[in-house]
Amino acid sequence: MNRFQISNLKLKILLSLAPALLVIGGLFAGGLLLALAQSLGYFAPAGEQAFTLTHYRALVSDGEFLASLRLTLLLATAAAALSAAAGLALAVALRDLARRSAAINALLQVPLAVPHLAMAVALINVIAPSGLLARLAYGAGLISVPADFPALVNDRYGIGIILAYVLKETPFIALMTLAALARVGDEYEQAARTLGASAWQRLRHVTLPLAAPAAVSASLVVFAFIFGAFEVPFILGRPYPAMLSVVAQRRYLSTDLADRPGAVAVAVIIALVTALLVWAYLRLARALVGVERPTIF
Amino acid sequence: MRKFIPAAAAAFTVALALVPVLLLGLWSLARAWYWPALLPREWGLRAWAYVLSPSAEVLTALATSVGIASAVTLLAVAVALPASRALALRDFRGKRALLFALLLPVLAPPLASAMGAHALFLRYGLADTVLGVVLVHLVPAVPYATLMLAGSFANFDADYEAQARTLGARPAAVWRHVTLPLIAPGLAVAAAFAFLISWSQYLITLLIGGGRVLTLPLTLVAFQRGGDEAITAALSLVFLAPTLVVFAVVARFIKE
Repeated sequence: MNRFQISNLKLKILLSLAPALLVIGGLFAGGLLLALAQSLGYFAPAGEQAFTLTHYRALVSDGEFLASLRLTLLLATAAAALSAAAGLALAVALRDLARRSAAINALLQVPLAVPHLAMAVALINVIAPSGLLARLAYGAGLISVPADFPALVNDRYGIGIILAYVLKETPFIALMTLAALARVGDEYEQAARTLGASAWQRLRHVTLPLAAPAAVSASLVVFAFIFGAFEVPFILGRPYPAMLSVVAQRRYLSTDLADRPGAVAVAVIIALVTALLVWAYLRLARALVGVERPTIF
Repeated sequence: MRKFIPAAAAAFTVALALVPVLLLGLWSLARAWYWPALLPREWGLRAWAYVLSPSAEVLTALATSVGIASAVTLLAVAVALPASRALALRDFRGKRALLFALLLPVLAPPLASAMGAHALFLRYGLADTVLGVVLVHLVPAVPYATLMLAGSFANFDADYEAQARTLGARPAAVWRHVTLPLIAPGLAVAAAFAFLISWSQYLITLLIGGGRVLTLPLTLVAFQRGGDEAITAALSLVFLAPTLVVFAVVARFIKE
């Protein structure tokens, strides 16, 4: 190729990327920059405009924010760890079946298609004090009135929230892990079998080490997602302390416009943490699983 | 034990896929389902009659949701097509950074960027409008469609197009008879997911639409807060239906 052809090619690539760059650069990155500016004192809907760190400084001594941050970290960690363990177990248990049955693969993908909002609503009917589980407990003679049933919705420990995410994300992690296992094939297991390894030894020393990296790196995605999630804690969580996105939304929509820059500051913090996690995930996925571009579904 | 574990895992998978939908169906058809009955004592179509009655504004919300999600799908696919092709078939500086920028709105709910865009939309009259909502839905939908289409372009051999051109086919004919059939499954999947992404947005619709653009998820949450379980369940099923239909279509496409 001569120089003219090369610059022509460059122009062609740029033109094909332009509409996407407009959305990503304009709406997404531009939106983020404007949010950052708002949280730093510009575009204030009320009062004067000047650079200030007040809104961030205020968060350091903001009891509600700190409680919310602690809760968000705790719930995201618990849900990501539990879904990683369950997803890994599910993938290893389903491995042979998934190779033969298209139906199992399809069923495994159904919860991924169910919106979080619908999952939360369905879950309430199961775990509420008068829900299906409580009625089963009554039938088994364990409790006599709904109030005897342990609080799982809007509860202190966010158990309902964790449960909703574990149900949604376990199949996701299982699918990512199955994909990784399909990539390595089963030669290692067969070699171990030939060398006389028992079923348990093959699982412990061959299959799990091959599958775990995919589950671990996928759980990072789950953590990032839950860290910024809204619908499930909005439906299944308590008003105080609420998860970070709920706090950001409530303050943003508050009738007092002076609350708005502080709300944006919380959203910016969520975005920064998520970006860091996604970056870490990409590095981990490259290093551990050897995939350049993660498959999301 | 060796047979029990896979069977239990399969049963769990089946339950996880079917139980939520079954339960919502039961609740939507229950007229009276009081503690501690395990099944509704009286059945009825009250919730469905309400949801489908023109006065309930559910149908309006449904139309708004379908309209917004269709517009987002068309725009997202149009934007994603050239970009995904370049991402899959070309090498250029900043490709990794672009992939990262594409993954970010996919994996993180774009709350902060929606708040920033809101400040701008307020100035230019896009806040509280359907157009404004479509624009913010593009933020997660475009990267999704782009990444999914890039996957199908990765197995794409541009030589087929070159051959068709050598044989004298015009660009439109090359696209229609060579390119499109090769990427059709990926295109269908990308469009389906763009639709679902827009369809299931709650927070950024509320933020940009200011409660004036009422989509199905907003209506659903209003009824959930109102405490009517039967109507909430019926609405959840209406909300779920297209996701399952789209999903079934996609599953068939992937198999082929």
